[in-house]
Amino acid sequence: MVVLDALDRRLIDTYQRDLPLCERPFAAMAERLGVSEAAVLARLERLEAEGVLSRVGPVFDHARAGASLLAAVAVPDAERDAVAAVINACPGVNHNYAREDPAREQPYNLWFVMTAADEAALTARLEALEAELGQAVLCLPMLEAFHIDLSFSIPWHELEGA
Amino acid sequence: MTATPSSIHSAAEQRLRALLEQGLPLTARPWQRLAEQCGLTEAEVLDCVARWQREGLIKRLGLVVRHRALGIAANAMVVWDVDDEAVGELGRQLADEPAVTLCYRRPRRPGWPYNLFCMIHGTRRAQVEAQLAEIVARQGLEAIPHCVLFSHRLYKQCGGRFTPEDTSHERRARHPL
Repeated sequence: MVVLDALDRRLIDTYQRDLPLCERPFAAMAERLGVSEAAVLARLERLEAEGVLSRVGPVFDHARAGASLLAAVAVPDAERDAVAAVINACPGVNHNYAREDPAREQPYNLWFVMTAADEAALTARLEALEAELGQAVLCLPMLEAFHIDLSFSIPWHELEGA
Repeated sequence: MTATPSSIHSAAEQRLRALLEQGLPLTARPWQRLAEQCGLTEAEVLDCVARWQREGLIKRLGLVVRHRALGIAANAMVVWDVDDEAVGELGRQLADEPAVTLCYRRPRRPGWPYNLFCMIHGTRRAQVEAQLAEIVARQGLEAIPHCVLFSHRLYKQCGGRFTPEDTSHERRARHPL
């Protein structure tokens, strides 16, 4: 587990959104946090290198930026890693999780998100993947968003006890 | 021909959007660096990003956290089979629950009856299950068929890639989670 100190936590707590939009954003952040610009840059580099941050930058609205959908396949457990590798190699796949219904009432156990520039490109990517997998993919495009925001406050106290 | 979101006004802006999928370069003047790479001035890049924020193409600008790396590893996708007339109202109710991080409506399919999805992120599975039980009790959802899918292995996680032909190289390849 990655160990984060007080400055790492303040950076995350303060700047999951509202990164200053100015010529020297890291200097503006540093001033607010009472540290140097170089210290902020070094921390962000380290957090990216350790995999704590996926990136520093914009999160695009998938519905406006292009086409995307949630998809799933049902595969035998013994083949799951191999099928996951095929899906990961497919252009446009940005999330891919093994998920399971503990009751096994429904069979889909590999869930992924696929994105593309537009609907036609997305359909072409899906069809290519279905051909490679030799099976149909469950396609679940988003019809209506009620809430999408992963910038929730990190529960540091719970993580310390975990 | 590729459709372009209405907020993108030029080929240079399209290049900027594609570069931004990889995040900002961690250097003192990141917008200047991006401006040089896409043929705009730093001021034009800043104006463009401000406009994309106003128009909603950019939902937020900041640190994008990998929750699993921090230990927020219990991640439940709860799927509900709700009457079509009631799905909007329940979606909005679930969206207001502090524990719910994502909530959306998706189509039913043959063999897949669930039309409402929500996600709950937490540090431990038992805690997420307790949060869900509280939501079910508080909102009176006992009679609505639902299913809880916990993720137990992450094969890939990165930002959306909307650039045609995937010309953007994956500089995060060093973290194949």
